[in-house]
Amino acid sequence: MTEDTPDGGGGEHGMTRRQLIRHSAWFGGAIVLTVTAGEVISHIPGSANAAPASSADLRFVQVSDSHIGFQGPANMDVTGTFAAAINQVNSLGFRPDFVMHSGDLTHLSTPAQFDQVKQMLSQLDTDRVFAVPGEHDSIGDNGPRAYRQAFGQNTLGDGWYSFDTHGVHFIALVNTLHLEQLGHLGNDQIDFVRKDIAGLSSDTPIVIFSHIPLFAMYPTWGWGTDDAVQLLSMFRRFSSVTCLNGHVHQLFSKTEGNITFHSARPTCYPFPKPGEGPAPLPVVLPAGRLKDAIGVRTVNYWQGNHALAVKDEKLA
Amino acid sequence: MTIKNFAFSPPTLTVKAGTKVTWTNTDPDAHTVTSKQGSGGPLQSAALATNETYSYTFTQPGTYPYYCTIHPFMTATVEVTP
Ligand SMILES: [Cu+2]
Repeated sequence: MTEDTPDGGGGEHGMTRRQLIRHSAWFGGAIVLTVTAGEVISHIPGSANAAPASSADLRFVQVSDSHIGFQGPANMDVTGTFAAAINQVNSLGFRPDFVMHSGDLTHLSTPAQFDQVKQMLSQLDTDRVFAVPGEHDSIGDNGPRAYRQAFGQNTLGDGWYSFDTHGVHFIALVNTLHLEQLGHLGNDQIDFVRKDIAGLSSDTPIVIFSHIPLFAMYPTWGWGTDDAVQLLSMFRRFSSVTCLNGHVHQLFSKTEGNITFHSARPTCYPFPKPGEGPAPLPVVLPAGRLKDAIGVRTVNYWQGNHALAVKDEKLA
Repeated sequence: MTIKNFAFSPPTLTVKAGTKVTWTNTDPDAHTVTSKQGSGGPLQSAALATNETYSYTFTQPGTYPYYCTIHPFMTATVEVTP
């Protein structure tokens, strides 16, 4: 697997203009997904960042949906696959600046499950580990409390926060509380973001983490956030906004104007594609095929470049 | 009551006051049986793993809307008649 992120300008893995247009049509926006040796690399056309990851200024990792505590035929060993994902991150050949777990760390929000996943995350070879909660980490009254005890240090409100590194502004949101049909942010959190970004220059790259997608991926299955439009309208002035989420247990990317959305693979088990079958039931794959449907994501950023290069890898 | 394929079945159940209703989760994912926010209803199950059950005896006539807090698009109603 090459570390290159080929751009539209050709080269060994480069895409022709025609391919680029076709890919754009598939995904409803100007995002290119390049499949190389079974792995998917995406980037924004026009961002000439065909540089190797080793030269990147900022490298971080997203893992998602470990569902520690799940038991079932879709994955008889979620602890094992999450441990394998952690090993894979530790074997990337570089030390990521941070690792973000984008939610559903646990399956049932129990203190024991939170303890276990926190202990496992401490094995990561990185300076900082971040998280946002999933709806499986938010069950009942005790779930949100246990989540915040384990992962909510230095957060505001129900657990949201922001931070800056390498000139990128990161915002981590909670959209798994007070649910009605879809994910929900609430006015307090939207006000936090409004104040948080007020002083930022419009060319600051923005990365927003949430568990449930901030775009309407498939509202029938709850794959959307009811007040996301209110949130995202505040980001129109920025030249680069990248939203990274979990929840849907499959890769999906989409661009709307200046905003690019990337749903990540889980480390537990896949869900069906939107609308395939009656419900987002865990998919039971033939033996040996599970690791093709789960994995980890690395994101590279070069200072002065607006776009981030997102690279999704299957579980090794 | 059965929970299958991320749906409560039947979606509307009518029972007489004093009836004990039991929900069984047959799905591979967990679900809850929880009264709708703001409804003031009494249903408040823990997260039900596969084959786990939750029961509640309805004593007061009325309409009891409920949902799954993990998958809030799952909604249903119990009608309790005198
Ligand atoms: Cu549910």
